[in-house]
Amino acid sequence: MTTHSVISAKNLSLIFDTADGPVHALKDINLEINKGELVSFIGPSGCGKTTFLRVAADLEHPTSGHIYVNGMTPEEARKRRSYGYVFQAAGLYPWRTIEKNIRLPLEIMGISKSEQAKRVKSVLELVDLRDFEKKFPWQLSGGMQQRASIARALAFDADILLMDEPFGALDEIVRDHLNEELLELWKETQKTICFVTHSIPEAVYLSTKIVVMSPRPGRISDVIESTLPGDRPLNIRESPEFIAIAHRVREGLRAGHSYD
Amino acid sequence: MRQALIPVLSVVAALIVIWYVAAVGLNSAWAYNKAERANVELNLSDLVKDTLSQEKPRLPAPHQVAIETWNTTVEKKITSKRSLVYHGWITLSSTLLGFAIGMSMGILLAVGIVHNRAMDISVMPWAIASQTIPILAIAPMIIVVLNSIGIQGLLPKAIISAYLSFFPVVVGMVKGLRSPDRMKLDLLKTYNATRAETFWKLRLPASVPYLFASLKIGIAASLVGAIVGELPTGAVRGLGARLLAGSYYGQTIQIWSALLSAAVLAALLVALINLVQQITLKRMGML
Repeated sequence: MTTHSVISAKNLSLIFDTADGPVHALKDINLEINKGELVSFIGPSGCGKTTFLRVAADLEHPTSGHIYVNGMTPEEARKRRSYGYVFQAAGLYPWRTIEKNIRLPLEIMGISKSEQAKRVKSVLELVDLRDFEKKFPWQLSGGMQQRASIARALAFDADILLMDEPFGALDEIVRDHLNEELLELWKETQKTICFVTHSIPEAVYLSTKIVVMSPRPGRISDVIESTLPGDRPLNIRESPEFIAIAHRVREGLRAGHSYD
Repeated sequence: MRQALIPVLSVVAALIVIWYVAAVGLNSAWAYNKAERANVELNLSDLVKDTLSQEKPRLPAPHQVAIETWNTTVEKKITSKRSLVYHGWITLSSTLLGFAIGMSMGILLAVGIVHNRAMDISVMPWAIASQTIPILAIAPMIIVVLNSIGIQGLLPKAIISAYLSFFPVVVGMVKGLRSPDRMKLDLLKTYNATRAETFWKLRLPASVPYLFASLKIGIAASLVGAIVGELPTGAVRGLGARLLAGSYYGQTIQIWSALLSAAVLAALLVALINLVQQITLKRMGML
Protein backbone atom coordinates (compact mmCIF):
# COMPACT_ATOMS: atom_id res chain seq x y z
CA MET A 1 0.00 0.00 0.00
CA THR A 2 1.53 3.32 -1.04
CA THR A 3 0.95 6.46 0.96
CA HIS A 4 -1.37 7.79 -1.76
CA SER A 5 -3.57 4.72 -1.85
CA VAL A 6 -7.11 5.59 -0.82
CA ILE A 7 -8.82 2.26 -1.43
CA SER A 8 -6.77 -0.88 -1.48
CA ALA A 9 -8.21 -4.38 -1.94
CA LYS A 10 -6.22 -7.59 -1.58
CA ASN A 11 -7.61 -10.99 -2.59
CA LEU A 12 -11.06 -9.70 -1.66
CA SER A 13 -13.86 -12.24 -1.99
CA LEU A 14 -17.50 -12.18 -1.04
CA ILE A 15 -19.88 -15.12 -1.21
CA PHE A 16 -23.61 -14.58 -0.68
CA ASP A 17 -25.52 -17.56 0.69
CA THR A 18 -28.78 -17.62 -1.20
CA ALA A 19 -31.62 -20.10 -1.41
CA ASP A 20 -30.15 -21.33 -4.72
CA GLY A 21 -26.77 -21.96 -3.15
CA PRO A 22 -23.67 -19.79 -2.70
CA VAL A 23 -23.18 -16.91 -5.15
CA HIS A 24 -19.64 -15.67 -5.77
CA ALA A 25 -20.30 -11.93 -5.91
CA LEU A 26 -16.61 -11.01 -5.70
CA LYS A 27 -13.63 -13.30 -6.32
CA ASP A 28 -10.01 -12.41 -5.62
CA ILE A 29 -10.29 -8.70 -6.25
CA ASN A 30 -6.94 -6.87 -6.17
CA LEU A 31 -7.18 -3.15 -6.75
CA GLU A 32 -5.41 0.05 -5.77
CA ILE A 33 -7.20 3.37 -6.06
CA ASN A 34 -5.03 6.43 -5.53
CA LYS A 35 -5.89 9.82 -4.16
CA GLY A 36 -7.63 12.12 -6.61
CA GLU A 37 -8.49 9.40 -9.12
CA LEU A 38 -11.89 9.07 -10.76
CA VAL A 39 -12.36 5.35 -11.18
CA SER A 40 -15.24 3.80 -13.08
CA PHE A 41 -16.45 0.26 -12.51
CA ILE A 42 -18.13 -1.17 -15.55
CA GLY A 43 -19.63 -4.56 -16.30
CA PRO A 44 -22.93 -6.35 -16.76
CA SER A 45 -25.42 -6.99 -13.93
CA GLY A 46 -24.08 -9.42 -11.38
CA CYS A 47 -20.40 -8.62 -11.97
CA GLY A 48 -20.02 -7.31 -8.43
CA LYS A 49 -19.34 -3.65 -9.19
CA THR A 50 -22.01 -2.39 -6.82
CA THR A 51 -21.05 -5.05 -4.27
CA PHE A 52 -17.45 -3.81 -4.33
CA LEU A 53 -18.62 -0.28 -3.61
CA ARG A 54 -20.86 -1.52 -0.81
CA VAL A 55 -17.98 -3.47 0.73
CA ALA A 56 -15.83 -0.34 0.65
CA ALA A 57 -18.70 1.51 2.35
CA ASP A 58 -19.12 -1.18 5.04
CA LEU A 59 -22.63 -1.97 3.82
CA GLU A 60 -21.53 -5.55 2.98
CA HIS A 61 -18.85 -7.65 4.63
CA PRO A 62 -16.20 -9.59 2.69
CA THR A 63 -15.94 -13.35 3.16
CA SER A 64 -12.16 -13.32 2.79
CA GLY A 65 -9.31 -11.02 1.85
CA HIS A 66 -8.72 -7.44 2.95
CA ILE A 67 -9.82 -3.98 1.99
CA TYR A 68 -8.61 -0.69 3.37
CA VAL A 69 -10.23 2.68 2.98
CA ASN A 70 -7.94 5.58 3.83
CA GLY A 71 -5.73 2.95 5.49
CA MET A 72 -8.58 1.85 7.80
CA THR A 73 -11.06 -1.00 7.75
CA PRO A 74 -14.33 -0.02 6.03
CA GLU A 75 -16.07 0.05 9.41
CA GLU A 76 -13.58 2.49 10.88
CA ALA A 77 -13.73 4.55 7.70
CA ARG A 78 -17.53 4.65 7.88
CA LYS A 79 -17.50 5.68 11.53
CA ARG A 80 -15.05 8.45 10.69
CA ARG A 81 -17.38 9.51 7.85
CA SER A 82 -14.57 9.17 5.33
CA TYR A 83 -16.83 8.88 2.31
CA GLY A 84 -20.05 10.19 0.84
CA TYR A 85 -22.29 7.65 -0.88
CA VAL A 86 -24.61 8.43 -3.78
CA PHE A 87 -27.21 5.77 -4.53
CA GLN A 88 -28.96 4.79 -7.76
CA ALA A 89 -32.03 6.77 -6.76
CA ALA A 90 -31.78 10.23 -5.24
CA GLY A 91 -33.53 9.01 -2.08
CA LEU A 92 -34.31 12.50 -0.83
CA TYR A 93 -36.69 12.67 2.14
CA PRO A 94 -40.00 13.91 0.73
CA TRP A 95 -40.83 15.75 3.97
CA ARG A 96 -37.64 17.80 3.87
CA THR A 97 -36.87 20.68 1.54
CA ILE A 98 -33.71 20.43 -0.57
CA GLU A 99 -31.89 22.54 1.99
CA LYS A 100 -33.06 20.36 4.88
CA ASN A 101 -32.14 17.21 2.96
CA ILE A 102 -28.60 18.47 2.61
CA ARG A 103 -28.56 19.38 6.29
CA LEU A 104 -29.48 15.79 7.23
CA PRO A 105 -25.93 14.37 7.40
CA LEU A 106 -24.71 17.60 9.00
CA GLU A 107 -27.35 17.36 11.76
CA ILE A 108 -26.33 13.77 12.47
CA MET A 109 -22.67 14.74 12.54
CA GLY A 110 -23.40 17.47 15.04
CA ILE A 111 -22.28 20.42 12.94
CA SER A 112 -23.39 23.86 14.13
CA LYS A 113 -26.39 25.56 12.54
CA SER A 114 -24.39 28.44 11.11
CA GLU A 115 -21.79 26.09 9.63
CA GLN A 116 -24.66 23.98 8.20
CA ALA A 117 -26.08 27.01 6.42
CA LYS A 118 -22.67 27.88 4.99
CA ARG A 119 -22.11 24.36 3.66
CA VAL A 120 -25.60 24.07 2.19
CA LYS A 121 -25.00 27.28 0.29
CA SER A 122 -21.63 26.18 -1.05
CA VAL A 123 -22.64 22.66 -2.15
CA LEU A 124 -25.82 23.93 -3.82
CA GLU A 125 -23.54 26.31 -5.70
CA LEU A 126 -21.34 23.37 -6.71
CA VAL A 127 -24.21 21.34 -8.17
CA ASP A 128 -25.88 24.36 -9.71
CA LEU A 129 -29.06 24.34 -7.60
CA ARG A 130 -28.81 27.77 -6.07
CA ASP A 131 -32.44 28.86 -6.05
CA PHE A 132 -33.98 25.54 -5.11
CA GLU A 133 -33.14 25.27 -1.44
CA LYS A 134 -36.70 25.90 -0.25
CA LYS A 135 -38.29 23.50 -2.75
CA PHE A 136 -39.50 20.05 -1.86
CA PRO A 137 -38.02 17.11 -3.83
CA TRP A 138 -41.19 16.47 -5.81
CA GLN A 139 -40.95 19.97 -7.23
CA LEU A 140 -37.63 19.06 -8.91
CA SER A 141 -36.93 16.99 -12.04
CA GLY A 142 -35.17 13.63 -11.73
CA GLY A 143 -31.83 15.10 -12.79
CA MET A 144 -32.11 17.95 -10.28
CA GLN A 145 -33.01 15.50 -7.51
CA GLN A 146 -29.91 13.45 -8.30
CA ARG A 147 -27.81 16.63 -8.19
CA ALA A 148 -29.30 17.43 -4.80
CA SER A 149 -28.36 13.96 -3.59
CA ILE A 150 -24.78 14.54 -4.79
CA ALA A 151 -24.81 17.84 -2.90
CA ARG A 152 -25.94 15.93 0.19
CA ALA A 153 -22.99 13.54 -0.20
CA LEU A 154 -20.60 16.45 -0.66
CA ALA A 155 -21.92 18.48 2.27
CA PHE A 156 -19.79 16.89 4.97
CA ASP A 157 -16.68 17.14 2.85
CA ALA A 158 -15.45 13.55 2.96
CA ASP A 159 -12.53 13.12 0.58
CA ILE A 160 -13.99 9.98 -1.06
CA LEU A 161 -17.18 9.92 -3.11
CA LEU A 162 -18.73 6.52 -3.84
CA MET A 163 -21.33 6.71 -6.59
CA ASP A 164 -23.49 3.73 -7.49
CA GLU A 165 -24.98 4.27 -10.96
CA PRO A 166 -26.15 7.73 -9.96
CA PHE A 167 -27.28 8.68 -13.47
CA GLY A 168 -28.61 5.26 -14.50
CA ALA A 169 -32.27 6.28 -14.37
CA LEU A 170 -31.85 9.55 -16.29
CA ASP A 171 -32.24 10.25 -19.98
CA GLU A 172 -29.16 10.66 -22.12
CA ILE A 173 -29.28 14.43 -22.53
CA VAL A 174 -29.54 15.04 -18.79
CA ARG A 175 -26.88 12.42 -18.28
CA ASP A 176 -24.40 14.12 -20.64
CA HIS A 177 -24.94 17.36 -18.79
CA LEU A 178 -24.45 15.78 -15.37
CA ASN A 179 -21.31 13.98 -16.60
CA GLU A 180 -19.81 17.32 -17.56
CA GLU A 181 -20.79 18.77 -14.21
CA LEU A 182 -19.34 15.82 -12.34
CA LEU A 183 -15.99 16.27 -14.09
CA GLU A 184 -15.93 19.94 -13.15
CA LEU A 185 -16.88 19.16 -9.61
CA TRP A 186 -14.15 16.54 -9.38
CA LYS A 187 -11.55 19.01 -10.66
CA GLU A 188 -12.73 21.66 -8.20
CA THR A 189 -12.86 19.44 -5.15
CA GLN A 190 -9.94 17.06 -5.84
CA LYS A 191 -11.92 14.18 -4.36
CA THR A 192 -11.33 10.53 -5.05
CA ILE A 193 -14.41 9.25 -6.88
CA CYS A 194 -15.53 5.67 -7.46
CA PHE A 195 -18.27 5.53 -10.04
CA VAL A 196 -20.31 2.46 -10.98
CA THR A 197 -21.91 2.48 -14.42
CA HIS A 198 -23.43 0.36 -17.15
CA SER A 199 -22.46 2.78 -19.89
CA ILE A 200 -19.19 2.46 -21.82
CA PRO A 201 -19.15 6.08 -23.09
CA GLU A 202 -19.88 7.36 -19.59
CA ALA A 203 -17.04 5.28 -18.11
CA VAL A 204 -14.52 6.36 -20.75
CA TYR A 205 -15.57 10.01 -20.66
CA LEU A 206 -15.32 10.39 -16.88
CA SER A 207 -12.49 8.21 -15.73
CA THR A 208 -8.79 8.35 -15.09
CA LYS A 209 -9.01 4.60 -14.55
CA ILE A 210 -11.59 2.10 -15.80
CA VAL A 211 -12.11 -1.18 -13.99
CA VAL A 212 -13.78 -3.71 -16.30
CA MET A 213 -15.57 -6.49 -14.43
CA SER A 214 -17.27 -9.71 -15.45
CA PRO A 215 -19.85 -11.89 -13.74
CA ARG A 216 -20.09 -15.40 -12.26
CA PRO A 217 -17.88 -15.11 -10.32
CA GLY A 218 -17.56 -11.32 -10.06
CA ARG A 219 -13.97 -10.47 -10.93
CA ILE A 220 -11.81 -7.84 -12.60
CA SER A 221 -11.04 -8.66 -16.23
CA ASP A 222 -9.13 -5.46 -17.13
CA VAL A 223 -7.91 -2.23 -15.58
CA ILE A 224 -7.41 0.57 -18.08
CA GLU A 225 -5.48 3.75 -17.29
CA SER A 226 -7.06 6.47 -19.39
CA THR A 227 -4.82 8.45 -21.72
CA LEU A 228 -7.41 11.15 -22.32
CA PRO A 229 -6.41 14.69 -21.29
CA GLY A 230 -7.79 16.25 -18.11
CA ASP A 231 -9.81 18.76 -20.09
CA ARG A 232 -12.67 16.89 -21.71
CA PRO A 233 -15.32 18.61 -23.79
CA LEU A 234 -18.30 16.41 -24.67
CA ASN A 235 -17.11 16.04 -28.27
CA ILE A 236 -13.97 14.28 -27.11
CA ARG A 237 -16.17 11.23 -27.44
CA GLU A 238 -15.71 11.36 -31.20
CA SER A 239 -11.88 11.40 -31.02
CA PRO A 240 -9.92 8.30 -32.11
CA GLU A 241 -8.30 8.07 -28.68
CA PHE A 242 -11.69 7.91 -26.99
CA ILE A 243 -12.91 5.28 -29.43
CA ALA A 244 -9.75 3.22 -28.88
CA ILE A 245 -10.31 3.16 -25.11
CA ALA A 246 -13.99 2.33 -25.54
CA HIS A 247 -12.89 -0.50 -27.83
CA ARG A 248 -10.54 -1.85 -25.16
CA VAL A 249 -13.36 -1.72 -22.59
CA ARG A 250 -15.56 -3.71 -24.95
CA GLU A 251 -12.76 -6.23 -25.48
CA GLY A 252 -12.40 -6.59 -21.72
CA LEU A 253 -16.12 -7.22 -21.38
CA ARG A 254 -15.97 -9.79 -24.19
CA ALA A 255 -12.98 -11.55 -22.62
CA GLY A 256 -14.97 -11.86 -19.41
CA HIS A 257 -17.85 -13.45 -21.35
CA SER A 258 -20.03 -10.50 -20.44
CA TYR A 259 -21.78 -10.68 -23.80
CA ASP A 260 -22.63 -14.40 -23.62
CA MET B 1 -65.92 18.89 -3.97
CA ARG B 2 -68.74 20.29 -6.08
CA GLN B 3 -68.41 17.38 -8.49
CA ALA B 4 -68.92 14.94 -5.65
CA LEU B 5 -72.07 16.72 -4.47
CA ILE B 6 -74.48 15.50 -7.14
CA PRO B 7 -73.62 11.78 -6.90
CA VAL B 8 -73.70 11.95 -3.08
CA LEU B 9 -77.08 13.69 -3.04
CA SER B 10 -78.47 11.20 -5.57
CA VAL B 11 -77.46 8.29 -3.36
CA VAL B 12 -78.96 9.97 -0.29
CA ALA B 13 -82.21 10.64 -2.18
CA ALA B 14 -82.38 7.02 -3.35
CA LEU B 15 -81.79 5.77 0.20
CA ILE B 16 -84.58 7.98 1.53
CA VAL B 17 -86.99 6.68 -1.11
CA ILE B 18 -86.10 3.06 -0.26
CA TRP B 19 -86.44 3.92 3.42
CA TYR B 20 -89.98 5.31 2.93
CA VAL B 21 -91.08 2.32 0.87
CA ALA B 22 -89.66 -0.06 3.47
CA ALA B 23 -91.37 1.89 6.27
CA VAL B 24 -94.77 1.54 4.57
CA GLY B 25 -94.16 -2.18 4.00
CA LEU B 26 -92.87 -3.03 7.48
CA ASN B 27 -95.43 -0.96 9.38
CA SER B 28 -98.45 -2.08 7.33
CA ALA B 29 -99.14 -5.16 9.48
CA TRP B 30 -99.87 -3.00 12.52
CA ALA B 31 -101.95 -0.58 10.43
CA TYR B 32 -104.10 -3.44 9.09
CA ASN B 33 -104.37 -4.88 12.58
CA LYS B 34 -105.73 -1.60 13.96
CA ALA B 35 -108.10 -1.21 11.01
CA GLU B 36 -109.46 -4.72 11.48
CA ARG B 37 -110.22 -4.11 15.15
CA ALA B 38 -111.88 -0.79 14.32
CA ASN B 39 -113.76 -2.50 11.50
CA VAL B 40 -112.75 -0.06 8.81
CA GLU B 41 -111.42 -0.58 5.31
CA LEU B 42 -107.98 0.92 4.59
CA ASN B 43 -107.41 2.53 1.21
CA LEU B 44 -103.88 3.19 -0.01
CA SER B 45 -103.65 6.79 1.16
CA ASP B 46 -104.90 5.88 4.64
CA LEU B 47 -102.37 3.07 4.77
CA VAL B 48 -99.49 5.33 3.81
CA LYS B 49 -100.61 8.03 6.24
CA ASP B 50 -100.87 5.54 9.08
CA THR B 51 -97.62 3.66 8.43
CA LEU B 52 -95.61 6.88 8.35
CA SER B 53 -96.99 8.30 11.59
CA GLN B 54 -97.16 5.41 14.05
CA GLU B 55 -95.95 6.02 17.59
CA LYS B 56 -93.91 2.84 17.86
CA PRO B 57 -93.31 1.76 14.28
CA ARG B 58 -91.16 -1.21 13.35
CA LEU B 59 -89.25 1.12 11.05
CA PRO B 60 -89.76 4.83 11.68
CA ALA B 61 -90.02 7.03 8.61
CA PRO B 62 -87.11 9.42 7.87
CA HIS B 63 -89.11 12.53 8.79
CA GLN B 64 -90.08 11.00 12.17
CA VAL B 65 -86.43 10.39 12.95
CA ALA B 66 -85.53 13.87 11.72
CA ILE B 67 -88.20 15.52 13.89
CA GLU B 68 -87.22 13.46 16.95
CA THR B 69 -83.56 14.36 16.40
CA TRP B 70 -84.43 18.05 16.02
CA ASN B 71 -86.58 18.02 19.13
CA THR B 72 -83.95 16.33 21.26
CA THR B 73 -81.04 18.44 20.08
CA VAL B 74 -82.08 21.98 19.19
CA GLU B 75 -85.32 22.21 21.16
CA LYS B 76 -83.99 20.78 24.44
CA LYS B 77 -81.60 22.44 26.84
CA ILE B 78 -78.28 20.66 26.50
CA THR B 79 -78.25 19.94 30.23
CA SER B 80 -81.51 18.02 29.96
CA LYS B 81 -81.44 14.25 30.35
CA ARG B 82 -83.54 14.08 27.19
CA SER B 83 -81.12 16.07 25.08
CA LEU B 84 -79.14 14.13 22.50
CA VAL B 85 -76.43 16.77 22.74
CA TYR B 86 -76.05 15.91 26.42
CA HIS B 87 -75.88 12.17 25.73
CA GLY B 88 -73.69 12.71 22.70
CA TRP B 89 -71.20 14.68 24.80
CA ILE B 90 -71.06 11.87 27.39
CA THR B 91 -70.24 9.38 24.65
CA LEU B 92 -67.87 11.77 22.89
CA SER B 93 -65.84 12.43 26.02
CA SER B 94 -65.17 8.76 26.65
CA THR B 95 -64.55 8.24 22.93
CA LEU B 96 -61.88 10.94 22.94
CA LEU B 97 -60.24 9.77 26.17
CA GLY B 98 -60.27 6.17 24.94
CA PHE B 99 -58.91 7.24 21.58
CA ALA B 100 -56.07 9.13 23.24
CA ILE B 101 -55.20 6.07 25.34
CA GLY B 102 -55.55 3.69 22.39
CA MET B 103 -53.49 5.89 20.09
CA SER B 104 -50.66 6.25 22.61
CA MET B 105 -50.70 2.54 23.37
CA GLY B 106 -50.74 1.70 19.67
CA ILE B 107 -47.83 4.00 18.84
CA LEU B 108 -45.75 2.77 21.81
CA LEU B 109 -46.40 -0.87 20.96
CA ALA B 110 -45.50 -0.26 17.32
CA VAL B 111 -42.23 1.44 18.31
CA GLY B 112 -41.46 -1.53 20.54
CA ILE B 113 -42.33 -4.05 17.84
CA VAL B 114 -40.11 -2.35 15.28
CA HIS B 115 -37.12 -1.98 17.61
CA ASN B 116 -37.24 -5.14 19.67
CA ARG B 117 -37.18 -8.60 18.19
CA ALA B 118 -38.74 -10.23 21.23
CA MET B 119 -41.66 -7.79 21.08
CA ASP B 120 -41.93 -8.28 17.34
CA ILE B 121 -42.48 -12.00 17.84
CA SER B 122 -44.58 -11.86 20.99
CA VAL B 123 -46.86 -8.80 20.83
CA MET B 124 -48.51 -9.08 17.44
CA PRO B 125 -50.24 -12.46 17.98
CA TRP B 126 -51.71 -11.14 21.23
CA ALA B 127 -52.85 -7.94 19.59
CA ILE B 128 -54.60 -9.95 16.88
CA ALA B 129 -56.10 -12.37 19.43
CA SER B 130 -57.43 -9.41 21.43
CA GLN B 131 -59.48 -8.33 18.43
CA THR B 132 -61.03 -11.74 17.86
CA ILE B 133 -62.81 -11.63 21.22
CA PRO B 134 -66.29 -10.11 20.79
CA ILE B 135 -66.24 -6.71 22.46
CA LEU B 136 -69.80 -7.29 23.73
CA ALA B 137 -68.50 -10.23 25.74
CA ILE B 138 -65.57 -8.49 27.31
CA ALA B 139 -67.07 -5.03 27.89
CA PRO B 140 -69.26 -6.00 30.91
CA MET B 141 -66.30 -7.75 32.53
CA ILE B 142 -64.10 -4.69 32.19
CA ILE B 143 -66.85 -2.52 33.70
CA VAL B 144 -67.47 -4.96 36.58
CA VAL B 145 -63.82 -5.59 37.38
CA LEU B 146 -62.94 -1.89 37.35
CA ASN B 147 -66.04 -1.07 39.36
CA SER B 148 -64.98 -3.56 42.04
CA ILE B 149 -61.69 -1.72 42.51
CA GLY B 150 -63.49 1.58 42.68
CA ILE B 151 -62.99 2.88 39.14
CA GLN B 152 -66.23 4.21 37.70
CA GLY B 153 -67.55 6.69 35.20
CA LEU B 154 -65.53 7.80 32.22
CA LEU B 155 -62.45 5.60 32.51
CA PRO B 156 -63.95 2.10 32.15
CA LYS B 157 -65.78 3.15 28.97
CA ALA B 158 -62.63 4.83 27.69
CA ILE B 159 -60.68 1.63 28.26
CA ILE B 160 -63.13 -0.27 26.07
CA SER B 161 -62.69 2.42 23.42
CA ALA B 162 -58.93 2.12 23.75
CA TYR B 163 -59.20 -1.66 23.45
CA LEU B 164 -60.82 -1.29 20.04
CA SER B 165 -58.79 1.64 18.75
CA PHE B 166 -55.22 0.63 19.60
CA PHE B 167 -55.21 -2.23 17.10
CA PRO B 168 -55.47 -0.33 13.80
CA VAL B 169 -52.90 2.13 15.14
CA VAL B 170 -50.42 -0.69 15.95
CA VAL B 171 -50.86 -2.29 12.54
CA GLY B 172 -50.57 1.01 10.63
CA MET B 173 -47.66 2.34 12.66
CA VAL B 174 -45.66 -0.89 12.36
CA LYS B 175 -46.11 -0.73 8.61
CA GLY B 176 -45.27 2.98 8.56
CA LEU B 177 -42.16 2.69 10.75
CA ARG B 178 -40.95 -0.11 8.50
CA SER B 179 -41.78 1.72 5.27
CA PRO B 180 -38.34 3.32 4.65
CA ASP B 181 -36.57 1.20 2.04
CA ARG B 182 -33.15 -0.39 2.27
CA MET B 183 -31.52 2.51 0.47
CA LYS B 184 -32.76 5.14 2.90
CA LEU B 185 -31.59 3.01 5.84
CA ASP B 186 -28.20 2.37 4.20
CA LEU B 187 -27.79 6.09 3.66
CA LEU B 188 -28.15 6.73 7.40
CA LYS B 189 -25.72 3.90 8.07
CA THR B 190 -23.12 5.65 5.92
CA TYR B 191 -23.56 8.67 8.21
CA ASN B 192 -23.05 6.37 11.19
CA ALA B 193 -26.45 7.48 12.55
CA THR B 194 -27.68 5.98 15.83
CA ARG B 195 -30.95 4.04 16.12
CA ALA B 196 -32.52 7.02 17.84
CA GLU B 197 -31.52 9.33 14.98
CA THR B 198 -32.84 6.79 12.46
CA PHE B 199 -36.11 6.77 14.37
CA TRP B 200 -36.60 10.52 14.71
CA LYS B 201 -35.26 11.58 11.34
CA LEU B 202 -36.46 8.75 9.12
CA ARG B 203 -38.87 6.18 10.55
CA LEU B 204 -41.19 8.54 12.40
CA PRO B 205 -41.75 11.09 9.61
CA ALA B 206 -42.12 8.26 7.09
CA SER B 207 -44.87 6.72 9.21
CA VAL B 208 -47.08 9.83 9.39
CA PRO B 209 -49.30 9.05 6.35
CA TYR B 210 -49.79 5.48 7.65
CA LEU B 211 -50.62 6.81 11.11
CA PHE B 212 -53.42 9.03 9.82
CA ALA B 213 -55.00 6.19 7.84
CA SER B 214 -55.04 4.16 11.07
CA LEU B 215 -56.34 7.02 13.19
CA LYS B 216 -59.41 7.35 10.98
CA ILE B 217 -60.28 3.70 11.53
CA GLY B 218 -59.26 3.98 15.18
CA ILE B 219 -61.52 6.90 16.08
CA ALA B 220 -64.57 5.26 14.51
CA ALA B 221 -63.78 2.06 16.43
CA SER B 222 -63.34 4.17 19.55
CA LEU B 223 -66.86 5.56 19.22
CA VAL B 224 -68.28 2.05 18.84
CA GLY B 225 -66.34 1.04 21.96
CA ALA B 226 -67.76 3.95 23.95
CA ILE B 227 -71.33 3.10 22.93
CA VAL B 228 -70.86 -0.59 23.71
CA GLY B 229 -69.29 0.40 27.03
CA GLU B 230 -72.47 2.27 27.96
CA LEU B 231 -74.74 -0.71 27.49
CA PRO B 232 -73.81 -2.94 30.46
CA THR B 233 -73.75 -0.13 33.05
CA GLY B 234 -77.50 -0.09 33.19
CA ALA B 235 -77.26 2.70 30.70
CA VAL B 236 -78.24 5.96 32.24
CA ARG B 237 -76.17 8.37 30.19
CA GLY B 238 -74.74 8.44 26.68
CA LEU B 239 -75.86 7.49 23.18
CA GLY B 240 -75.58 3.82 24.18
CA ALA B 241 -77.99 4.51 27.00
CA ARG B 242 -80.46 6.11 24.59
CA LEU B 243 -80.25 3.02 22.38
CA LEU B 244 -80.79 0.68 25.32
CA ALA B 245 -83.60 2.72 26.90
CA GLY B 246 -85.27 2.97 23.50
CA SER B 247 -85.19 -0.78 23.07
CA TYR B 248 -86.55 -1.39 26.62
CA TYR B 249 -89.62 0.69 25.89
CA GLY B 250 -90.01 -0.06 22.20
CA GLN B 251 -89.20 3.56 21.35
CA THR B 252 -87.96 2.82 17.85
CA ILE B 253 -87.93 6.47 16.84
CA GLN B 254 -85.63 7.25 19.77
CA ILE B 255 -83.35 4.34 18.83
CA TRP B 256 -83.07 5.49 15.24
CA SER B 257 -82.40 9.07 16.15
CA ALA B 258 -79.66 7.96 18.56
CA LEU B 259 -78.23 5.77 15.79
CA LEU B 260 -78.32 8.68 13.38
CA SER B 261 -76.57 10.92 15.90
CA ALA B 262 -73.87 8.30 16.45
CA ALA B 263 -73.33 8.04 12.71
CA VAL B 264 -73.10 11.83 12.33
CA LEU B 265 -70.70 12.00 15.27
CA ALA B 266 -68.48 9.32 13.72
CA ALA B 267 -68.49 11.13 10.39
CA LEU B 268 -67.53 14.39 12.09
CA LEU B 269 -64.69 12.75 14.01
CA VAL B 270 -63.28 11.13 10.87
CA ALA B 271 -63.63 14.44 9.01
CA LEU B 272 -61.74 16.18 11.82
CA ILE B 273 -58.84 13.71 11.57
CA ASN B 274 -58.92 14.12 7.82
CA LEU B 275 -58.51 17.86 8.28
CA VAL B 276 -55.59 17.44 10.68
CA GLN B 277 -54.05 15.03 8.17
CA GLN B 278 -54.37 17.52 5.32
CA ILE B 279 -52.80 20.29 7.34
CA THR B 280 -49.98 18.10 8.66
CA LEU B 281 -49.05 16.55 5.32
CA LYS B 282 -49.23 19.92 3.63
CA ARG B 283 -46.82 21.38 6.16
CA MET B 284 -44.54 18.37 5.67
CA GLY B 285 -44.57 18.97 1.92
CA MET B 286 -46.06 15.56 1.29
CA LEU B 287 -49.34 16.63 -0.23
